[in-house]
Amino acid sequence: MSYPVRKFDAVIVGAGGAGLRAALQLSEAGCKVAVLSKVFPTRSHTVAAQGGVGAALANMGEDSWHWHMYDTVKGSDWLGDQDAIEFMCREAPKSVIELEHFGMPFDRNENGSVYQRPFGGHMQNFGAGPPSQRSCCAADRTGHAMLHTLYQRNVRSNTHFFVEWMALDLIRDSSGQAVGVTAMEMETGEVSIFHSKAVLFATGGAGRVYASSTNAFINTGDGLGIVSRAGIPLEDMEFWQFHPTGVAGAGVLITEGVRGEGGYLLNKDGERFMERYAPNAKDLASRDVVARAMATEIKDGRGCGDNADHVMLKLDHLGEELIESKLPGIREISKKFANVDPVKDPIPVVPTCHYMMGGIPTNYRGEVVAPSGENKEAIVPGLFAAGECACASVHGANRLGTNSLTDLLVFGKSAGNSTVEFLKQNREHKDLPRDAGDLTRERLDRLNNQTNGESVSEVGAALRQTMQRNCGVFRFPDLLANGVAEIKEVEQRVMRTQISDKSKVFNTARIEALELDNLIEVAMASLVSAEARQESRGAHDRADFSDRDDENWLKHTLWFKEGNRLDYKPVHMNPLTAETIEPKVRTY
Amino acid sequence: MSDMDRLRWSCRRGLLELDLVLQRFLNEEYSSLGAEQRETFKRLLGLQDNELLDLAMGRADTSDEKFGELVNLMRK
Ligand SMILES: Cc1cc2nc3c(=O)[nH]c(=O)nc-3n(C[C@H](O)[C@H](O)[C@H](O)COP(=O)(O)OP(=O)(O)OC[C@H]3O[C@@H](n4cnc5c(N)ncnc54)[C@H](O)[C@@H]3O)c2cc1C
Repeated sequence: MSYPVRKFDAVIVGAGGAGLRAALQLSEAGCKVAVLSKVFPTRSHTVAAQGGVGAALANMGEDSWHWHMYDTVKGSDWLGDQDAIEFMCREAPKSVIELEHFGMPFDRNENGSVYQRPFGGHMQNFGAGPPSQRSCCAADRTGHAMLHTLYQRNVRSNTHFFVEWMALDLIRDSSGQAVGVTAMEMETGEVSIFHSKAVLFATGGAGRVYASSTNAFINTGDGLGIVSRAGIPLEDMEFWQFHPTGVAGAGVLITEGVRGEGGYLLNKDGERFMERYAPNAKDLASRDVVARAMATEIKDGRGCGDNADHVMLKLDHLGEELIESKLPGIREISKKFANVDPVKDPIPVVPTCHYMMGGIPTNYRGEVVAPSGENKEAIVPGLFAAGECACASVHGANRLGTNSLTDLLVFGKSAGNSTVEFLKQNREHKDLPRDAGDLTRERLDRLNNQTNGESVSEVGAALRQTMQRNCGVFRFPDLLANGVAEIKEVEQRVMRTQISDKSKVFNTARIEALELDNLIEVAMASLVSAEARQESRGAHDRADFSDRDDENWLKHTLWFKEGNRLDYKPVHMNPLTAETIEPKVRTY
Repeated sequence: MSDMDRLRWSCRRGLLELDLVLQRFLNEEYSSLGAEQRETFKRLLGLQDNELLDLAMGRADTSDEKFGELVNLMRK
């Protein structure tokens, strides 16, 4: 029996910042758009973003999109595509002002303009400094405010939301065009086909592949798993950003705003060690530089605690008043998850997985691109992606803080506009292929009928530990090789997961098993891509190849599920209008 | 449908902190709640992520007495 079919112009999978921003373009253009989300839209992970959204508004002093672009290219360790980066930095101020007009409650200066804070890696004068105040925030609730603002606006525009629906697989026709998705309504466990003229993925990150992660439990990389099963490669999956300051043991984030406001890191000798690693920017250096310094301190035996496995973040010198007014929340978080009052004592912190630079390959218009014949970047018709699940690629080998929210706004809108354009050119639904839904049915049948299988939680834990141990902030050749072997074993186990509860209604065990099917693709792509890249660049930091190697590795990785194989494609070194920012050694 | 199934998913949030607090609550406290408190817990889960986390972290207080009881358990 085939699955029931629902028809829309476009389906957007994901209702975080990127999905909501894209949906708005479509709804306001009069398209019939369905937005699917595993959780209520305002509970998407974007709600966690505290630090702010980067845009060169120049409200606090001189600034320019060009400086922002320079910082982003440099931050990316020259792996970012310069056309996409120029596009993002030029559009950012407009996007922020637009959001302000939508009602976003940004913090303000006395003259009424949007207040902007300094943030690691953002500088004036093409990296020369001083630090630029470029981050626009709504207290430490920027992501929360953004989601509410965009959600309200979508409700007004009659976007159709399908809340607590989980997309399972992409449907492509014989020409490769995306014509819909399968999705499961959690409340009933029933699967439907969403038949559409276009599909847009905005499923966010996949930080749950690591044992120590700042990401919420829902961040399982579903969009990546879905497209990789449908024959589309994943780009630059070796690049994972580790946040320097996750609470040791819990993963809970201590915002970089703490260092923006003057907090700094200490090793067990009480030394402010960032002075050694980044004499100018010190604790405001780009976050991968900080994470590496911390890992080095820990590796060299200067870590704190009984296991010498973390360092300390000191902010007591800022005083109770400033901590309470500028950094609300940090005090309680430290108390609850680290058992420390930062007004008196430093907070134990450790590098923790935070952000995925890689993802579904797109151009700056949010169109998904994949190799076809000689063309490494052929457009996949009808398929779009934006936000953390996409790789445009603006973050390259390392994302600057505040550039993700910028990415959501700019590329959410851009992907939305491209989808609207596509719908104008493609007015009719293409037929569903005869086998539409078969892959989903096979997966669900396999899961329901599995006997003598593996426990989802045990296999999930093995996956996370494999990644944490072998593919962390520092990478060693023996560990990477070991990791690839181990993850292949984990993959075999994922194919044999079993659930004891077969009920259809809100079956969290089934949902977690289906999420694990996506996590394994992400983990495999990451380890295989990381082992192959024999250089250090941005967040990919190898002990055996300590330098960046532009001659051989100034290129994007593409990982294909089929055959577990890799391909590469050139970095876009030509911006849209500006001059190429030529690769230089990256120091802060 | 068992309430527990629905509740487990309602405890999936956008904030890791809340995932951690709610998971602990569900595993350690929920079974000892009475029927009325369970209803209150469902209501509590209807709050926005940051509102709920503020309560759980002691950053905000609630004038709703029934919420108060549960929030105290969460703050433990
Ligand atoms: C703690 C923390 C703080 C951060 N702070 C900042 C900051 O200050 N500034 C900044 O720029 N960036 C920050 N980031 C990064 C930034 O928040 C994220 O990169 C960004 O919010 C991702 O947004 P998104 O729209 O791509 O995805 P998300 O907001 O994660 O949304 C994903 C959506 O997809 C849905 N979904 C997923 N899978 C499925 C499926 N199978 N079916 C249906 N729906 C699905 C989810 O329900 C959700 O609605 C922070 C990240 C963390 C973890």
